[in-house]
Amino acid sequence: MIYDSSPTTVSSVARAALAPVVQVENAAVALGGRTIWQNVSLTVQAGEFLAILGPNGAGKSTLLKTILGLIPLTTGNISVLGHPTRRGNSAIGYVPQRRHFEADVRVRGRSIVRLGLDGGNWGLPLPFLQSSREAARRVQEVIELVGAAAYADRPIGELSGGEQQRLLIAQALVTRPQILALDEPLDSLDLRNQQGVAAVIRQISRELGAAVLLVAHDVNPILTAVDRVVYVAQGQVEVGTPHEVITTETLSRLYNTPIEVLHASDGRIIVIGQTEEEVGYRGHR
Amino acid sequence: MVIADTLPFAWNLLADIQQLFHYHFMQNAFLAGTSVAFAAGIIGYFMVLRAQSFAGHSLANVGFAGATGAVLFGIPPVVGLFLAGLLAAIGIQSLNIASRQSRQNDVAVGAVLTASLALGFLFVHLSPAQNATSVYTVLFGNVLGISDTDVMVTLWSTLLLTVILVVIARPLFFASIDPDVAMVRGVPVRLLSFTFLVLLALEVAIAVQIVGVLLIFALLVTPAAIAQDVTTRPTVAVCVTVVLALLFTWSGLTAGYVFPYPVGFFITTFAFGTYVLVHGGRSAREYVARRQPVSYSRSRAGETQ
Repeated sequence: MIYDSSPTTVSSVARAALAPVVQVENAAVALGGRTIWQNVSLTVQAGEFLAILGPNGAGKSTLLKTILGLIPLTTGNISVLGHPTRRGNSAIGYVPQRRHFEADVRVRGRSIVRLGLDGGNWGLPLPFLQSSREAARRVQEVIELVGAAAYADRPIGELSGGEQQRLLIAQALVTRPQILALDEPLDSLDLRNQQGVAAVIRQISRELGAAVLLVAHDVNPILTAVDRVVYVAQGQVEVGTPHEVITTETLSRLYNTPIEVLHASDGRIIVIGQTEEEVGYRGHR
Repeated sequence: MVIADTLPFAWNLLADIQQLFHYHFMQNAFLAGTSVAFAAGIIGYFMVLRAQSFAGHSLANVGFAGATGAVLFGIPPVVGLFLAGLLAAIGIQSLNIASRQSRQNDVAVGAVLTASLALGFLFVHLSPAQNATSVYTVLFGNVLGISDTDVMVTLWSTLLLTVILVVIARPLFFASIDPDVAMVRGVPVRLLSFTFLVLLALEVAIAVQIVGVLLIFALLVTPAAIAQDVTTRPTVAVCVTVVLALLFTWSGLTAGYVFPYPVGFFITTFAFGTYVLVHGGRSAREYVARRQPVSYSRSRAGETQ
């Protein structure tokens, strides 16, 4: 990866305010000798809501992880808030793809949210200090923001998938990040919880002005919130508004096979023509 | 009251405590037992949290080969235990990195465990006959026969363990519960994982003197399991774990002094009994709560808010 090591002194603050929060330039990634995708260029503005879509194994999560600095690029570069991307950047809140906490994890949700704030620090905090009370107040603030106050003190292993997901989003938000990166946060949730968690993410992106990068399997639960979609398929990436990208022409070109996009009367988008493993969008399950 | 006549204790607390600490071997036993239990409490909480009980069990069994080998080659058993544990920690860590499937890890760790037991068996066979009693000591511990040197080794090891654990506690907790996010936040997850295994090997090496390789779980697992039944706050849980480990050890040592039965038996039995009571109690409460009509549990939830 190319790191810009020149000192950024005077203009760094001003540049961060003007420049896009994420800039991906002509990027490519290869894992195990196989090129996942290439020629990817993408800019994300402050407060923008981006959905990263595409079939399984196309490299949606890989794109998110390169922006987080977890996977190095083979060519091109990525800058986050005007600096080369790096791991451990507290300006990005991250919720990775996961199934569940095991049922026997008997740690309260509040403590897991707190990890997002100072879980990486060495040593122990002194509970009677001002800074510790401030930390507890901020944890409570984000717990209320995601609507998890009622169950934040219960063991996280006993909570439902939707409740766990809200607490993990709270954990990602507790550093007040300018970018929120979510990897399939709606996956493995039932329809009611999908809508609830999607509503929370939408509300957060509006209230906090944070840019949201959300990897999704199904665009429908977030369709009303999305500003632009990034469609990853067959090693290529297409960026644009949902109505520009999720069309019969664009997807047929991306997949190099006939694809039909239908619009249901309630606004849902249904994609027909993909193979069984590659069903990108599903309606009600 | 009839039993009291045959016991070394009168019903006078101060005199009893004086008598308990009258002998040098009892002072040593309490010093070593207290420090081992203290560190076992802290490290045991993390072991249960990380679901690495099996790794801890393996380290203890590998320690059997280490201790018997040490006797054979004439080096201190604690050193042999720690060296064997260190090798096992390196082995487990590289297995963890090589295969990401924990199911395969279990098989590999189990294979190493059995192989090291066989190695220990060979060492016992090769040792002179007068060393045969040391096998019994390694398996079940001999806290009442602990030497002054071993007490000092135990005290210093405990101090070292506690300092390191206090420094790494938060990132270790983060890495244990949520390794993916911890890694993104710059926590050195793999380094912490290896450091933890080395610390566990050190604690196992010193704890074997108290409870032996077979009964070590009484101090490492049971107090932590009880604490997680009682509280979901990490800091409180660590404190409860340490207090329980200390209580089991102290009461076990006292009972071992009063009654003509082994200390290791008492420590393990007190720990197990408490676990059954607390865990059974929680399961029963949850069962009753599930069986209750919805309207009742709702109204109760309303009262507490």
